[in-house]
Formats: sequence, C-alpha cells, structure tokens
Amino acid sequence: MKPGFEAVIGLEVHVQLLTRSKMFCACRNEYGGKPNSHTCPVCLALPGALPVMNGEAVRMAIAFGLAVHGEIREASPFYRKQYFYPDLPKGYQITQGPVAIVEEGWLEISGKKVRIERAHLEEDSGKSSHELSETSSHVDLNRAGVPLLEIVGGPDLRSPQEAYDYLKTMHHLVTYLGICDGNMEEGSLRCDANVSVRREGESAFGTRVEVKNLNSFRNVKLALEYEIERQIELVERGEAFGQETRGWDADKGETRSQRSKEAAMDYRYFPEPDLPTLRVTPEEIEAVRASMLELPEARRARFIETFGLTDYEAGMLLQSRAFADYFEALAQASGSGKQACNWMLGELSRTLNGRNIGIEALGLHPEALGELIRLVEARTINLNTAKESVFPALLAGEGSAAQIVEAKGLAQVSDLGAIQALVEGVLAAHPEQLAQLKGGNVKLRGFLVGQIMKQGKGKVNPQLVNEVLDASLAHG
Amino acid sequence: MEVTREDVQRCALLTHLSLGEEEIEPMRRAMTQLLSHAKSLDALDLEGIEATTHGQDLPLPRRGDEPREGLSQTEALENAPAQEHGHFQVPKVL
Repeated sequence: MKPGFEAVIGLEVHVQLLTRSKMFCACRNEYGGKPNSHTCPVCLALPGALPVMNGEAVRMAIAFGLAVHGEIREASPFYRKQYFYPDLPKGYQITQGPVAIVEEGWLEISGKKVRIERAHLEEDSGKSSHELSETSSHVDLNRAGVPLLEIVGGPDLRSPQEAYDYLKTMHHLVTYLGICDGNMEEGSLRCDANVSVRREGESAFGTRVEVKNLNSFRNVKLALEYEIERQIELVERGEAFGQETRGWDADKGETRSQRSKEAAMDYRYFPEPDLPTLRVTPEEIEAVRASMLELPEARRARFIETFGLTDYEAGMLLQSRAFADYFEALAQASGSGKQACNWMLGELSRTLNGRNIGIEALGLHPEALGELIRLVEARTINLNTAKESVFPALLAGEGSAAQIVEAKGLAQVSDLGAIQALVEGVLAAHPEQLAQLKGGNVKLRGFLVGQIMKQGKGKVNPQLVNEVLDASLAHG
Repeated sequence: MEVTREDVQRCALLTHLSLGEEEIEPMRRAMTQLLSHAKSLDALDLEGIEATTHGQDLPLPRRGDEPREGLSQTEALENAPAQEHGHFQVPKVL
C-alpha cells in the first residue's frame, strides 16, 4: 500500500449452513440436482404456505456464536427484507432485524482480535442464469430457502493480506465446526468487503465502498488491492466519490460500479408476522456448548503441550478436523506423537497432495500406520526402509506392516557378528580410504558407512554400524 | 400526517405498481387517512410497556432437520407463465 495511507476493511461472510433440509421447509438442502427439483409450496412462495423454523440451523448458529466468543441473544426476531428480483419468489427475504442471534464476538488472526459485530440467520435466494438464452433469464429455486448465517465483521482489517487471513480463519472455523462445507466454488461460503482508505493518523473513516463477488480467497486479495489503489488515487487527486457498490470482475482484474437504483435500496424491513420471535434459553446454550467439540485454538494448545510439537506443526495438523483426528489416532496407535506428526506432515501429506485427496479418502487406517511407526521405533526396520518399501506396500494393501517386513525380508540386521563381518569386509576392501580417514580426513567416515549400508542392502541397523565402526577404528 | 404525491410515486416504484395519473390523488388521500389513523396511537401513554413484534408471545416452533420429498420439477413449474429448460423463464434481468 502507498505510504501515508491506511485501508479500513470489514468483511461480510455468508455461510450456507450444512443442514439436511432448508431453513423454513423440509426440502432438501443440496447443491446441484435437476433445476427446480428441491422445492415445495413454502420455498416457491405459493399463497397460504407458512414457514417453520429448522431447529438445526439455530443450533449451528449458536455453536458458531460460542466459537467466536459471542453473545447469544435470548430473543432475536425475524424480519422481512423487501425487494424485487426474480430469484426471490416471495418478494421479500426472511432475515433478522436489529437484534441478531449472535452479537459482539471476535476472531483472532495472527494475534489480532477482529470484531464480529453480528451473525444472523437468513434464507438464501434462488439462482438466476442469464446464459441460457439471449432474450430471457432463467430461475432455479433449489437454493431458495437454504439457511444462511451472515457474519458481519468489524472494520478492523487494515490490509488485503489481513482480509485474506481473516477469511481463511473463518473458513477453517466453520468447516471445523461442521456447520458449512466451505465450498466456495459452489457458493457455500461467499464474501463481500466494505473498504475505505484514509491518510495515516486520521481517525474518521473515508468514503466506504462495498465490493461484491469475491468468491475465492485469491479474489478477495486481488479485488481489495485494486480497490484500495483506486481509492487512494482519487483521494490524492482530490476527487470526491460517493458511497457505492462495486463488483469485482476477476477476468479483467478490476472493480466496476454496479448501477444501484437508490429507491431500490429501501428494504422496508418489518417484523415477519408468520414467525414468532426466536428464543434461546441459557439451558439450550449450555447444551450446545457441552456438545461442541474441542475448538481449534484449544486443540492447538493441547497438541503443543501433550505431544511436544511446535506451533507450526500443531497448526499444520489442524488444517482440517479430519486431519487432526487422524493425527490423534495415529499418535495413540504409534505411541509417539512426534513420529506421528512427522509422518502426517511428511509421507502422508506428500501422498495426499500427489493424489489430490483428503485424508478421509486415503483408505489407510491409523492403526495400520501406527504399527509401521512402532516397527521403526523398535528398530526392527530403519526409517528409510519404512518410507521407501513398507509404506507404499501398506498403501497398496499388501498386508500389515509386520507381514510386509516379513514377506520382503526387510527386517534390520542387528546381529553384532554379522555387522562386524560386514564392517571388516568393507574396511579391507578400501585400504586407501581407511588410511586417509586415520590420517584425519574425517569426511571419509561417511563414505565408509555408506559402503557398509550398501553392502547390507539398507537393512543393517545404522546405529550398530556406527558403534562397530568406531570400535574397529579405535582398535585398528 | 400528510402524504405527498412524491410519497405515493415512490411507494408505487418500490412495490412495482403502475399507477395511472388519475389514481395518484385518491391513493394519496387514502394513505394519508390510513397513516393519520395509525398516528392516533401516539396519543397513548406507553411508558414502561415493552415493545413487541407480535401479538402473542409464543416461542418460535422448531422442526427437526428431516428432509421430505417436495414437488417434482413438472409440478413446481406447472403454474409458471413461462418455463424453459426446467427453469422459470423471466424477462432478461442482466
């Protein structure tokens, strides 16, 4: 950012809740499917149909509120927000008004607390397509009435990078809580940004612009970078600009003003007469709290404390709940948190990345991998053999780790006599190198160890090789 | 509580109603009357009375998260004035 300027950014994140049915009717909450195949009189807004609240959406909103240290409001009524658009069949959206179910929470990003002003429940609209024909638009109402949690962040972010980090953290949290699948391509998590710039040291906010259509992490950063630059230029030229809504065009890499008919911005909110006020009791909040899984922050601290991992390692293990769960099962099965972590972040991650799949799809039970780690810890095989020979065979389903070691004859040679013979043989075959080593060229030690390991076909216990070699050198 | 011609026109715009020139004045008078009547409530002393959004203070009923089959695509589109490719067909909006 240009020196002397500061950006003020607040994000609004729309999270589609991962319920099985819609918010106010029992239609399937499912992405895709034949157009208009998940509808009923309620979400089609047929006359006389009445909404009935999905209890699971309320539970998810409370869980989110607790996870962001928010206040869960005892009473939060629904309102009608009125506007005309073909994908909104009722002519109004059911949303929440002045009081939201969740208020005054915060999310921590790299040590900084970002306020969450509110998170409220509302219903999604249908989907309009404009590409199916030249002359008309087409509406699919499968998405109409899908439960949304709109999360309004405070104007606490100061750079596109912070906005990016905030969205990443939010994405991680809602997927971890299991309240959203986080699929941004399918629109399960969507983001708009409010952004203004001001000269450093100023306390008043500059003119705020809302940027819409930021539907990937990368676009959030790019759009904000562009928009901040644009606003700074206007301020420097002394050009006044008004509050407006702009859309991000990812192809052109620019934000463009979206014509807003001012009159259309009057939503004429009023309390939804078809739904009594949503009420949540302290007992219900406590029940949700009790049923919640350990949250990422707490789990991270416990990983560091219990398994002696670094902050970085713990963070990597928490990339998803499934990954962290697998790690815990593996730590248990292998008896070593540290080794389990090394495998998770090493061989396992490489395999998952190579196949472009999540840990759930790997089809390798933590118990099976735990057995392999135990074999290494017990020095039955060395780490290289484990990684290069046994692990691939394990993935290929060739049996248990012990069976593979047995079948392939991979067990480490720990027989002192055998190793002694091997060491002597190699030393005898390399008299020149031996003489140089004795003369002080210590680099040749590595060469000789390498020769010994090679002769032993990688199966000899490296620690014993070193011990025997030391003894031979001392005596000879 | 005097409603102006402009108020009427603005409301018509927001509600997508097309009012003929001759309809504006009667509508303006009707709206003035309606709002004046509601305004008379302001005379009541409501000190200490909590604002409510509904007549009855019942808790919001909630249902279990059980999906049920709804309408088929054919049924959903049955009453649409126009349909195409399994969609509701509407005038071009973009």
